[in-house]
Amino acid sequence: MIELSAIHRIFVVGDQEVHALNDINLKIGEGEYVSIMGPSGSGKSTLLNLLGLLDRPTGGTYRLDSRDVTSLDDQEQAHTRLEKIGFVFQFFHLVPRLSAAQNVELPMVLAGVEPGLRRTRVDEALAAVGLKERAHHKPEQLSGGQRQRVAIARATIMRPRVLLADEPTGNLDRHSGQEVVALLESLNAAGITLLVVTHDPEIGRRARRQIHMVDGMVEEDNSSP
Amino acid sequence: MRANDVVRLAWGTLSSQPGRAGLMLAAMAIGVAAVVILTALGEGARRYVVGEFSSLGTHLLIVLPGRTETTGAGPSAFVGQTPRDLTIDDAMALQRTRLVRRVAPLVVGSAPVGWGGRERESVILGSTAELLEVRHWDMAQGRFLPPSDPQLASSVCVIGAKIRRELFGSQSALGQWLRIGERRFRVIGVLASEGRSIGMDVEELVIVPVASAQMLFNAPSLFRILVEARSRESMDAARTFVIDTITARHQGEEDITVITQDAVLATFDRILRALTLTVAGIAGISLAVAGILIMNVMLVAVTQRTAEIGLLKALGANMSVITRLFLTEATLLASLGALIGVGIGEGGSYLISHLYPALPPGAPLWAIAAGLGVAVATGLVFAALPARRAARLDPVQALARR
Repeated sequence: MIELSAIHRIFVVGDQEVHALNDINLKIGEGEYVSIMGPSGSGKSTLLNLLGLLDRPTGGTYRLDSRDVTSLDDQEQAHTRLEKIGFVFQFFHLVPRLSAAQNVELPMVLAGVEPGLRRTRVDEALAAVGLKERAHHKPEQLSGGQRQRVAIARATIMRPRVLLADEPTGNLDRHSGQEVVALLESLNAAGITLLVVTHDPEIGRRARRQIHMVDGMVEEDNSSP
Repeated sequence: MRANDVVRLAWGTLSSQPGRAGLMLAAMAIGVAAVVILTALGEGARRYVVGEFSSLGTHLLIVLPGRTETTGAGPSAFVGQTPRDLTIDDAMALQRTRLVRRVAPLVVGSAPVGWGGRERESVILGSTAELLEVRHWDMAQGRFLPPSDPQLASSVCVIGAKIRRELFGSQSALGQWLRIGERRFRVIGVLASEGRSIGMDVEELVIVPVASAQMLFNAPSLFRILVEARSRESMDAARTFVIDTITARHQGEEDITVITQDAVLATFDRILRALTLTVAGIAGISLAVAGILIMNVMLVAVTQRTAEIGLLKALGANMSVITRLFLTEATLLASLGALIGVGIGEGGSYLISHLYPALPPGAPLWAIAAGLGVAVATGLVFAALPARRAARLDPVQALARR
C-alpha cells in the first residue's frame, strides 16, 4: 500500500540545513493501524505530511498503491489526495462559516460530485459519526469532540484508502479523545489504513504497529499481535 | 469542480464578511457610476450641439469664392490666378434646378449704423428674402426683406433685437429711417432674438437687400451663397450641380469651394465625441483605483484565510481550483459593484436631465457596457496576483498556522 524507500527531507533554515527525515524506509500494508510517536521535532509530522502528499521529499521514492507519486505534478497530487487520502488534524480545521454538513460535503464539492448524491452521502456520513441532528450547526456551536467527528466524517466522505491523523486527540479532553479514537479504530476495522501521529503513549499503544521516531529516523518499529 | 459550486463557495466567503465586501462594492460602484454619469453628460452635450446644428438645416450648401488648393508656386503667381467674383447672377443661376429649394446670396460688411443721435458699428448682411427660411430665423416685429429682383437696390432693412434696443430704446423702430454708412434705410422688421448662429450674433445684425449692400460696400462680389438642397438625399447631386453651373459661368474655371453643413456638423460631432471619451477615460481612473482596492483587500484575505486555503489543498483542491475560487470572488464583487454603479449612474443622469432639461438624458449603451466590462476586467486583473499567491501557498505551512 505505502512504500517509502530512502526518503530524505531537508529544510533549509537560514544557512543551516535541518534533516527532518533521514533515510526513512517503511512499508505499510493495506488496513494496517500504525501509530507514529516521538518527541517534538523528531520528524513525525513531516513524515505524515509527506505521506499525505502535502510535502515533497528532498530525496527517495514514495510509492502509493505501487505507483510512484514522488514526481507527480500539482494537479495529479491534488487528485490523489482527493481520492485516496483523508486528513484529520489536531485543530479540526473546519471552515467556520459552513455548517457541519457543508464541511463534510466540501471534498465532494471539490471532486465535482453530483449534488443529489452528495446529500445522501453527507447524511450517511454524519449518521455514522452520530451527528445527524447536528448537521446544520456551525462549528462554533459544536463541542471539540463533535468538531473532530465532523472532521473525520469529512476525511472519509470520499472513501479514501488511507486516513492520516495528526494528533487527533491533542486538543480534546480525555472523554472526547476516547470517543474519537474509538471512531477512528472502527473505521480501521472496516478496512481503512490508519496512521496516527501522537504524543500520547496511551493512544499510541493501542495501535497494532508502533513506530518511534527520533531525529528524523525510525528508532523502533514494533508490531504487537 | 462544478461552476455553480465555485460561485456558491465564493459567494459564501463574501457574504461571511459583509464589511469587507461592502467596501469593495462601494469602490467599484463609485467608479462605474462616475463613468456612466460623465459619459452621459458628454454624450448629452454632444447630442445637444448636434441637435442645435441640425435645426439650422442639415441640407445646406455653402458656396465660397476661391479654391482651397495651393496654386501658383513659382513665377506663375505673377500671372495672376485671382478667382472670379461670385455674382448675384451666379446665385440666381443656381435656382434653375429641382435639386435646390432656396438660394440666398450673402454680402457681409461692417458699417456705422445710426438713428437720431445714437450710432454704433454693426455687421451688415446683404441678402434676399430667402435668407429667413434658409437660416430658420423668426421675426419679432414687422416682416423680412420682401421678395423682389435681387439686382434691385431698395432702401429697406431688418434689424436684430439688440440693435433695436440700443438705437431705439423704448420707441418703435418700425418705419423709422436708419442711417447705414452714407445711406438711409427704412426699418421694416425686427428679428427675434435667437442667440448665436455660427459666428454671427443674430441680435446685432442689420440685414439689407443684397444689391443695396453691394452699393454700400462698393463690392461686386458675394461673400457666400447659401444653397438649401431639396432634401438630404439630393445634397450630392445639388453640390455637383452648383459646381458645374458656376464652372460653366466662369469660363470653365472651377474657382469656388462648396462646403456642407454636414461637414461642419461632423467636425463638431467628432470633437465632442473625443471629449466624451476623454472624460470617460478620466472616470476610468477611479475604476483602476477600485481595482487596486480589490487587490489590497484580496491580499489581506489570502493572509487571513491561509488556514482555509491549506485545508482546501489538503482536501484535494489543486492550484487551479484555488485560483478559480479567488477570481470568482473578485468577479462577483466587481460585477455586482458595477451593476450598483450603473444603477447609481443612471439615477444620477436622470437627475441631471431633470435639472438641465436642455441636455438629452441617459448614458449611451456603449458607456454602460464599457463600464461593466472594464469593472469586471479590473476585478480579474487585480485579483490575479492575490489568487496566484493563494494557489501557491504551501499547505503544510498554511495548516500549521493557528
